[in-house]
Amino acid sequence: MSSVFFMLTMGLYFVSTVCYLAYLLRRAETLSKVSLGITAAGFATHTVALVARMADSSQAQLPTFHEALSFFSWMLILVFLAVEYRRQLHVLGSFIVPLALVSLVTAAAFRSDGASSLQPVFKTLWVHVTLSMLGTVGFAVAFVAGVMYLIQDGLLKSKRFNVLYAKLPALDYLDHLNQQSIVMGFPLLTLGIISGAFSAEIVRGSYVNWNPEQTWAMVTWGFYFAVLVGRLTIGWRAKRAAYLTIIGFAGVILTLIGVVLKSHGSVS
Amino acid sequence: MHVIVVGLSHKTAPVEIREKLAVPESRLREALSRLCTYPGVREGLLLSTCNRVEVYAVVEDLEGGYGRVQEFLADTHLSLSSEHLTPHLYWHAGDRAISHLFRVASSLDSMIVGESQILGQIKDAFEVALTHKASGLLLNKIVKKAISVAKRVRTETKIAETAVSVSYAAVELAKKIFSNLTEKTVLLIGAGEMAKLAARHLIANGVRQVRITTRNLQHGLELAQKFNGTAVPFEDYKTELAAADIVLVSTGASHYLVTADDVQRAMRQRMNRPMFLIDISVPRNIDPAVRPIDDAFLFDIDDLHMRVEQNREDRLREAAKAEQMVVEEVAVLGQWLQSLEVTPTIVALRGRTEEIKRREVEKVLARLAHLSSEDRAAVEALASAIVNKMVHGAMVTLKAEATSSSGAAYVDAARRFFSLEDTPPAYPPAQTDVQDGSEGSGTGNGANRFSGESLVQHTTKEQSRRVS
Repeated sequence: MSSVFFMLTMGLYFVSTVCYLAYLLRRAETLSKVSLGITAAGFATHTVALVARMADSSQAQLPTFHEALSFFSWMLILVFLAVEYRRQLHVLGSFIVPLALVSLVTAAAFRSDGASSLQPVFKTLWVHVTLSMLGTVGFAVAFVAGVMYLIQDGLLKSKRFNVLYAKLPALDYLDHLNQQSIVMGFPLLTLGIISGAFSAEIVRGSYVNWNPEQTWAMVTWGFYFAVLVGRLTIGWRAKRAAYLTIIGFAGVILTLIGVVLKSHGSVS
Repeated sequence: MHVIVVGLSHKTAPVEIREKLAVPESRLREALSRLCTYPGVREGLLLSTCNRVEVYAVVEDLEGGYGRVQEFLADTHLSLSSEHLTPHLYWHAGDRAISHLFRVASSLDSMIVGESQILGQIKDAFEVALTHKASGLLLNKIVKKAISVAKRVRTETKIAETAVSVSYAAVELAKKIFSNLTEKTVLLIGAGEMAKLAARHLIANGVRQVRITTRNLQHGLELAQKFNGTAVPFEDYKTELAAADIVLVSTGASHYLVTADDVQRAMRQRMNRPMFLIDISVPRNIDPAVRPIDDAFLFDIDDLHMRVEQNREDRLREAAKAEQMVVEEVAVLGQWLQSLEVTPTIVALRGRTEEIKRREVEKVLARLAHLSSEDRAAVEALASAIVNKMVHGAMVTLKAEATSSSGAAYVDAARRFFSLEDTPPAYPPAQTDVQDGSEGSGTGNGANRFSGESLVQHTTKEQSRRVS
């Protein structure tokens, strides 16, 4: 059952991505309502798919990359719906929904039904994956806010007052969104890394062994730490913050790729 | 009675004529009372702005009314004559006059479509007309409706959403940089008219902190008082930059007052908090080299003009929707005006009384079956006499007041006293010609004086009057 809903979700996110991208270029406000409706429907089927998947798999199952990515995509949409509900920031959908779609499609590529159930020690792994993914959602939203910031900044600087200019919110709001996302994401990532270290200790007997993806994770953590501190102390805000969060998210993606390459579908 | 408008606007008359015709606020009262002394003018409203001078009036007859109002306009200025004015004037009556007022109030006829000032000006003009009793039942209703139509247009279309003045364009841009202006500080360097206007718009949009610096300190202090801000010495403007989120520059200086170095220094002190610089001076006072600096957004007068031009196009699209609304609303008001017509009211009143009489007579006669046909006739005659005598006074008054300014009020009252509200005024032309004599009430004339012409009917007069 989970796979049916999963495919349905993918279809809905695809349609809503198309709608949201069209919305960027059109004046019609109705398009945003249509897109929002489709996204909400997709979110519902996605929730069902996730719950069904959890029910399917036993507790002892290793969290797979597929589940992590699917969860990541689900959280992204959740955050978007929350922001949309509070601020009616339709244009955010044009950036977040495509990202959610990409991560869902990637998740589909890693889907495997082979229950590779191992020892129950992997419970801590679930915690590690969930926390890390939540942190990553924060960074993803910061990334999206950064991209939107740079676009609006560019439009203002070049005096191109087009449809996109009209739809994008004020620069300082985007900067605020960027900051908030990192403030939320950073502690979650920190906890994710700590729980990762614990599970590593259980699996391998050592907390840290500086393999490439652990190293990358630490570099990413340090980077976001610097971004946060830099904002508060030496004015790494506005355009600079936008650039930094985009670079930071690239680091996060690299880490994830490293994880995949190393474990061939299972996170460790 | 007819609702008419005679006037001229930026579309028909050059400023030389408009400025002569314009009535200053101090003389408005006197002008209004003069207008009302013209024979046949029942109600009047005078709208005088820098873009239009218009007289809205309720007149007894169309022909004479147009003439009187035109005379009134020509009399407002010594050097003007009726012949001078004629080529610039427009005349509208009935629906067309009402539609014109609705369009003016909704800013569809404005030089800048969608600007909001005109509505306030109409409200003021109405206020004056009300306090001097120049406006009566008809104009009151029409002007109030015009105000509500204008509000509907503003809320239901995007006509007023975009900035179409340079000073307002500055506010619109500021809102794309700062989502909330209340915490922001504005620094005003120099005090050109446009910069002052922009500052006023910014304050209206929430800015609380205004710092002002001008070469003439006295002038700066006066302005500071006006804007509830702080005056700072002109020498300090460079150090003030760092604390300013929005910098408005408009001085007469012929060189760059604010250089790229100044802005860079300020940005460092601000820890890269974005800064919005508006240069409304010609020649420019902010070095264009500021443009590439990160998080500093410089706009000069040309940039603002460009923004305004784009918005103007957007507004025209919205204006089409607003025009449709005006058409709808004119139709609604037209129905009300029709219901106030005297003739249908008299017809309804007569029908009502006839019906009561008939019913009562039938009831009585049914019980008195023994009566001879002569007696029956006598009973019927008695009932007719009573009924006719009862409503006679009301009919006479209605007809007499039909052409007065309070005529509509009498009609309204009559409809309520005799519960005619539930019987909508039948208004086929054939029935409007009331024959009074046959009923023996004895007031025969006058009814058809206004029967053929409706308040909301517009004539071809205006077309023929319009000077080609």
